[in-house]
Amino acid sequence: MNYSSYEIMVVSAARLLRNDDVCFVGIGAPSAACNLAKLTNAPDITLIYESGTIGTAPDVLPLSIGDGELCSTALTTVSGVEMFNYWLQGGRITVGFLGAAQLDRFGNINTTVIGNYEKPKVRLPGGGGAPEIASHSKQVYIIMKQSPRSFVNKIDFFTSYGFGNGFNERSDKGIQTKGPQLLVTDMAIWKPDPTTKEFEVVALNPGVTREAMQESVGWPIRYSVTLDENTPPTKLELEVLRDLQERTRTAHSKTRNSGQ
Amino acid sequence: MSKFQPLSTAIKENLFSGSFVVFEGFTHLIPYAAAHETIRSGITDLTLARMTPDVIYDQMIGMGMVSKLIFSYAGNPGVGLLRRLRDAVENDWPRPLVIEEHSHAAIANSYEAGASNLPLAILRGYQGAGLKGINANIKSIECPFTGEILAAVPALRPDVAVIHAQKADSKGNVLVEGIIGVQKQAVLSARKAIVTVEEIVPELNTHPNACIIPSWAIASISIVPGGAHPSYTQGYYERDNSSYLEWDKISSDRDAFRVWMQKNVLEQGPEVFNQRVEHLRD
Repeated sequence: MNYSSYEIMVVSAARLLRNDDVCFVGIGAPSAACNLAKLTNAPDITLIYESGTIGTAPDVLPLSIGDGELCSTALTTVSGVEMFNYWLQGGRITVGFLGAAQLDRFGNINTTVIGNYEKPKVRLPGGGGAPEIASHSKQVYIIMKQSPRSFVNKIDFFTSYGFGNGFNERSDKGIQTKGPQLLVTDMAIWKPDPTTKEFEVVALNPGVTREAMQESVGWPIRYSVTLDENTPPTKLELEVLRDLQERTRTAHSKTRNSGQ
Repeated sequence: MSKFQPLSTAIKENLFSGSFVVFEGFTHLIPYAAAHETIRSGITDLTLARMTPDVIYDQMIGMGMVSKLIFSYAGNPGVGLLRRLRDAVENDWPRPLVIEEHSHAAIANSYEAGASNLPLAILRGYQGAGLKGINANIKSIECPFTGEILAAVPALRPDVAVIHAQKADSKGNVLVEGIIGVQKQAVLSARKAIVTVEEIVPELNTHPNACIIPSWAIASISIVPGGAHPSYTQGYYERDNSSYLEWDKISSDRDAFRVWMQKNVLEQGPEVFNQRVEHLRD
């Protein structure tokens, strides 16, 4: 079956999730990957959205982090204070998903500003829950498309800390969690080198060349000595993902124009 | 004891130019009707705080009513950036905006500290994060028991908290349910609270652990059916997702923004909200 680069990205992330994972889920690709995992290889996975919905099982993908569907299908819904203090800071989250406007080779993330903080070229939404998701989740998974604008040599602002300048900087700061352990993109799967903590490519998606990789990334890419080719999505994975997206489209088209 | 009042009276009696106000809600139960009434009231120089300033804060900032914003995520939920806020931060239009930026965990704890009558909140936060370097209100504190260095932020103590909720009983006790965010903490951190509700019922008839705000912790209650539109009220009507998409277009142009605000906010009253949610009711 033919598939898009977005589909292989979502499927690759979903495959790495497990039944005993407790995921702090973000909107977009992370949400698609977590719900696909729930419908395929990890039916008992626990999904938590930062709006306070714990153990949620939406039939369609939410458009916002606080859609009613997340609450009405959740095991329980808690206050914002409880969410961030007990469940996140309390160390209950096994996988925190993050996206980025800018990402560097050590998994540091910027979603705050492009340019200078005081007088930014582009004022982005900011960190929200991300600074603490990055430090309190047992591990962080990043899902995002590769492009030279977002995979940069130096990020403009440290919204969420990954490994800083690499090596033991993270643990030297007293952060006890593992940090970014996986980067899934539309072109490849990356993991941090155990010593330097720099992301290196462990698997290339079928048909992706090293030249195309380097054109989309702003630092010299390192490849694992055991570089693999990523397995294409199966027919079942694609069907489940496409069904989910179709249900989502149908559901959200119902809230039509209000005539304001 | 809370007073049942028309929304315009509730806003006039409690909000003034220069007030520190929070309109809370996390995607769900956003107090749109109260924010629009505030815009019509003509007050200015507000300090606003909120975890997720979304379209209502974009509107107030674009109307030039806001001098300072305390926040942790300034986005149009599920859509993208807030264009009026961007214009204020990037170009000082229509006036400069002072920002104090935090993380969600810090703001949630700041409300909790305010509601608990404490001067500060302590959290294990901002580790390695850049905000610590640019926000003077993020400081460090040493745990006197373990020596661990933790983050400290000041408590939030707003003059007024404004929220939308499902219902009040005839005595003015309010029920909030579904995604409850930090509304209870925000209300109890503030000197006064204004609540808009979908309806008044004789009894709340709920379970012992429901999120209830007692009448005597609220200054004013106004009945505004549909008052959270285009956000939603669980059990009453769905989120109007297309309005959030439209806002991205309207807010991208200064003139289009002003024309839209004139027609849809300044020339309207709270009664229009009921008809705006008619097609979104179950």
